[in-house]
Amino acid sequence: MSKALLYDATMCIGCKQCEKACSEKNKLPYDDNIAAEEKQSEHKYTVVLTKGDKFMRRLCMNCNEPACASVCPVGALHKTALGPVVYEESRCMGCRYCMVACPFGVPKYEWNKVLPRVQKCTMCSDRVAAGNQTACAEACPTGATKFGDRDELIAEARKRIQDNPGNYVNHIYGLTEVGGTSVLLLSSVPFEQFGYRGDLSQDPLPMLTYRVLSRIPDFVPLGGMMLGGIWWITHRRDEVAATEHPGNEQEDTKGRTR
Amino acid sequence: MKFKLTFWKTVFLVLIAAGFYATVLRFTRGLGASTNLNDQFPWGIWIGFDVLCGVMLAAGGFTLTAAVHIFNIKRLHPIVRPTILTAFLGYVLVCVALMYDLGRPYRIWHPLIMRNPHSVMFEVAYCVMLYTSVLALEFSPIVLERFNLQTPLKIIRGVLIPLVICGVILSTLHQSSLGTLYLIMPEKLHPFWYSPLLPFFFFLSAIAVGLAMTIFESSMSSKYFGRQLELPILQELGRVLLVVLSVIAILRFEDLLHRGVLPLMFRPSYEMYLFWLEILLSLIAPLLLLSQKKIRQTAGGLYLCSVLVVLGFITNRLNVSITGMETSAGLHYVPRWTEISVTGAIIAAGFALFGLAVKYLPIFPAEEHSTAVTLPVAAVAGEMQVTALENAGD
Repeated sequence: MSKALLYDATMCIGCKQCEKACSEKNKLPYDDNIAAEEKQSEHKYTVVLTKGDKFMRRLCMNCNEPACASVCPVGALHKTALGPVVYEESRCMGCRYCMVACPFGVPKYEWNKVLPRVQKCTMCSDRVAAGNQTACAEACPTGATKFGDRDELIAEARKRIQDNPGNYVNHIYGLTEVGGTSVLLLSSVPFEQFGYRGDLSQDPLPMLTYRVLSRIPDFVPLGGMMLGGIWWITHRRDEVAATEHPGNEQEDTKGRTR
Repeated sequence: MKFKLTFWKTVFLVLIAAGFYATVLRFTRGLGASTNLNDQFPWGIWIGFDVLCGVMLAAGGFTLTAAVHIFNIKRLHPIVRPTILTAFLGYVLVCVALMYDLGRPYRIWHPLIMRNPHSVMFEVAYCVMLYTSVLALEFSPIVLERFNLQTPLKIIRGVLIPLVICGVILSTLHQSSLGTLYLIMPEKLHPFWYSPLLPFFFFLSAIAVGLAMTIFESSMSSKYFGRQLELPILQELGRVLLVVLSVIAILRFEDLLHRGVLPLMFRPSYEMYLFWLEILLSLIAPLLLLSQKKIRQTAGGLYLCSVLVVLGFITNRLNVSITGMETSAGLHYVPRWTEISVTGAIIAAGFALFGLAVKYLPIFPAEEHSTAVTLPVAAVAGEMQVTALENAGD
């Protein structure tokens, strides 16, 4: 059963307890200065954005079919069955294709280290694997961030919108975006106001490249055969010409030895 | 032989010195301190120019070996060796550039054993690695001849055709795959450049640039190495270039039309100007020039066209990798001096290596080579860096 997080911005009070819990869990520094930073970075995996009295969390969406995992040449990122998209630092060679490919701009890099790593929220994969909820969900005092089974959370999100249609934008962000994500968002204001793109494809992104890549196994033998065939024809022509007009042979050998 | 400091030697030394200093910064301070890259803009000119343009500029290798060995166009034979040399140097330098860009370059071998067949980057890594090996083998007869090693020479000649076929297939795959890399970001790359046809455009333009680079190189070699210009060969290449460019132009137009991007072409924006610069340099100007028989048949006209095509498609690669990504990243990326000087030093090294190879190895056909040797050696060595600068990225 795939797990997920449901964040309901209408219930959020902007206390940033999730940020603090996240930093503790991931052994990252956290103080008032970092709390004031309004962007995700290599030392801040999740952030609560504030606009007037509206709040919105940003964190790794842990996509169902993550672009980052699909593009990683060494398989350093992968989607676990439980939901989290995890990172194996020991494989990563630092090409940063994951950062370029991520539709949400989530993976961050340790630019100031000589031996840098990619950093992102991994949905507390160890806690989740042990049957616990994520640190951010546990720390949330209002239940705005809720951990649970993805299907059940989707049903609950639908119900919340249905029960209080005036309170919500009629959209569960993450339900179908890039094929669905393990983080689901509800909000009373359009998601674009907090930098969430509204123009994302509803289909998983990895298909865009795999459609091309999957042709390669056919292309190699066919291409090889075709080129070999062309070689045979063009050189056969020479041989025939050489037998029919022995006088031209000299010119041919000259061409070859040059 | 006395060492004389000529203008180009000075340029060369300055570039290498600056590059060395930048190298020290890069590997002692990390990417953040030595580049203008950041979380919003993780790929700069080391990917956009050194890798994307470098691989494209080295495309003459597979284009020409295919023409000569597979299609049996013997007239082109005299220019195969310098082209293979360029391609081999080009790929080696692309690998060097990658060592700068990778966050942990000592893990560059990881794709060998940690495979992810869904990753375009994985495929590119494998193809580039294999093709560099193929190029080394295609280049090896030149070295073997120099030292008169007959047995390995025979072996290489025996497997030359399968080797060339492998080279063409590998090149087709990774030249197009460098375009496929960008297919996964439909929401990030500007609509001028994001197209489902990106792999085709990258492949076709690699052929066009391969031809243009061959023309360019032959022209430069005739100027600086005292070789006779093979004008009939270049005229033939020019004709093929005209055809390839026409195909690209038509495909490009159709693509923009069907994706409904044509109106954007006339709505002033930062991207629009660079788009037109690219189209003008890579397609409009060379097509207009090459379609004139009078221009297509002259050495000067062909030279001009080759320069335009090379610059045009360099603009294209930079547009895809940098211009087209800036709006979605929300910033303008300008490379830091360290990034530029590393690139500059790599280019300079390429030129120097080309000059040295021409000097010590039988690169040009025997008849012409003997005349080259009679030139004062110092002059040749001095001028070699000239070729080097203009061969950018090879």
